Amino acid sequence: MPDFIASALERAPTANPDWLDDLQAAGRQTWAASAMPTRKTEAWKYTSLARLERGAYLQPPAPATPTPANLKQHFSIEGLDAATLVFVNGSFNPDLSSDALPDGIEMVRFAEANESQAEAIRAKLGQVVDGRQHLFAALNDAWLADGLFLRVRRNTRVDTPVHCVFLTTAQDQPFSLSARLLVVLEDSSEATIIEHFCSDDLPQNAFTNSVTELVLGANAKLQHYRLQREQEQAVHIGGVHASLGRDSTLNSFHLGMGSTLKRVDVVVNHHGEGAHCDLSGVYLPRHQQHVDYHTCIEHAVPRCTTTETFRGIIADEARAVFNGRIHIHPNAQKTVAELSNRNLLTSTRAQVDTKPELEIYADDVQCAHGATVARLDEQAMNYLQSRGIGTRQAEVMLSFGFINELVERLPDEAMVEFLRPQLASLFGRQSLVTGRPE
Amino acid sequence: MLSIRDLYANAGDTEILKGLNLEIGPGEVHAIMGTNGSGKSTLSHVLAGRTGYEVTGGEVRFLNQDLLSLATEDRAREGLFLAFQYPVEIPGVSNMEFLKAAVDALAAHRGEEPPDAVSFMKRAREVSAMVDLDPNFLKRGVNEGFSGGEKKRNELMQMLLLEPKLAIMDETDSGLDIDALKVVADGVNAFRREDRSVVLITHYQRLLNHIEPDFVHVLAGGRIVKSGDKSLALELEDKGYSWIDEEVA
Repeated sequence: MPDFIASALERAPTANPDWLDDLQAAGRQTWAASAMPTRKTEAWKYTSLARLERGAYLQPPAPATPTPANLKQHFSIEGLDAATLVFVNGSFNPDLSSDALPDGIEMVRFAEANESQAEAIRAKLGQVVDGRQHLFAALNDAWLADGLFLRVRRNTRVDTPVHCVFLTTAQDQPFSLSARLLVVLEDSSEATIIEHFCSDDLPQNAFTNSVTELVLGANAKLQHYRLQREQEQAVHIGGVHASLGRDSTLNSFHLGMGSTLKRVDVVVNHHGEGAHCDLSGVYLPRHQQHVDYHTCIEHAVPRCTTTETFRGIIADEARAVFNGRIHIHPNAQKTVAELSNRNLLTSTRAQVDTKPELEIYADDVQCAHGATVARLDEQAMNYLQSRGIGTRQAEVMLSFGFINELVERLPDEAMVEFLRPQLASLFGRQSLVTGRPE
Repeated sequence: MLSIRDLYANAGDTEILKGLNLEIGPGEVHAIMGTNGSGKSTLSHVLAGRTGYEVTGGEVRFLNQDLLSLATEDRAREGLFLAFQYPVEIPGVSNMEFLKAAVDALAAHRGEEPPDAVSFMKRAREVSAMVDLDPNFLKRGVNEGFSGGEKKRNELMQMLLLEPKLAIMDETDSGLDIDALKVVADGVNAFRREDRSVVLITHYQRLLNHIEPDFVHVLAGGRIVKSGDKSLALELEDKGYSWIDEEVA
């Protein structure tokens, strides 16, 4: 097996803007000095990287050929009035993207940044994510050639969501690509950002390594979505790293639909007092897919709140990992934090490893956490059956409801309408009991 | 309609029903009264096929079928309906979706096409108006965050929509204020027809001021110990249950 650490560096792109040189060099250095995580590495205990190493995803994407037709169907969200920015296999695609962004939001691609924009990017880029803690973020730095910078100026409310699409298509050779997004909401600004990772329907041979940094100034409010809807052969390792200023609010929703290997780290740093984070997500691996969500909420300052709810339905021979850490530092008095993770296994061969980790070093805090793995609620099953609804359909309805409960509270109606039928069709397709098509 | 013979049943390890007999004809309204723990709810649960109960003896015929051999959903499809005393909350499943699934399942069982979405919605709104439930409740999760009275009215709404042949109301009147009680009574009275039967399980006589029963039964110690007409309910209201215990003893 090739040494992934060494080979990955050989492929590092060189055609990047000069002002990213130091970040790239630091990333290379961290990556080169690291060992590939194994199952003995705590953060990777339940997730093997063998599929990544075996896949030899070391080539960069093939040069942009004419964009395949009909890619739009894979990412368009009907009814969502959004500005769309599309990357296909790592390259920005102006044809598929909106011509104009809504007023109040500035979009700059790293590769095209002028001097002052470069300075603004450089001031924040890599500041939220810690490459020493997140090895693949270091690789993302090492491969850094382009990225997307979104900035909302202070006291500006942007009502139109920005839909950032990172789409892969199947290519002749396995390849890897980086996605990098930096979002800066200046003080008292508001925006909705959708990160959407998707693909065409062919068996994917891409490894996507994505890093997103969200920087919220004082009083800023971000509605954030991260949808992972790649075809199931895709490999994706990614992270969302957020820094929350005083009295800011981050609402972040995550959808994890299967990949052969998917690992997402969500790290939220409460940096300013009074910040609030509502983090929720659903994951639905099936067949032999593997999904791993690692979340970490750092409460470093007083009076911040976190509500975190993740739910998973694991079918067939799929496997899910959820690790939810809430770390309350000694100074973080008056923290209110809640973490809940519930899982449904719909086959005897499905697996989930769930681990809530609460680390509390302050005494005046309110914290609760819970994790469950269960079958469907018997009382609810019986209630549906008592109205004539058959067992199979009752199971589908309850499983869907289990997930839908988190989806229906999303503030953007178009998003709810987009997600609901997809989730419903996922349940309609196979028997939850046997895992076999009906 | 329903014929119960010498029924014995356990809830968990405890024997609750001890040789219960009851005959219900089409078009009849029966009230079953009794103290806490007399077996009223166990009877309704056993009939509807709720989990957690074991029938250890006896027989129940429903429309000339062996009711106890039918799966829970098949009992409903054959026309049996239980209004739950404690309806279950199911967040994430909308009331509308739930009702449509139930109506469709019953239609399929009768070999009929399910109603189209528009006529179903229309009917659902009509029925929700009948039970004085805001149509917005249709969009909410099943019973999610409903008050006690709203849950009871939701049960009534399901009954009116599903049009069962036999409706068992398990303490539907408990916890209701007088206005809500009237709504429930009006619903049941509207439902009454010569081919439909109703069993009202209740603690109190007050519901029977609004729904006139054909028969009143007293359940005690897992058996029907006394039956009569509506005057029996008044007598119970007046004298309590203790005189029945004495009479039976």
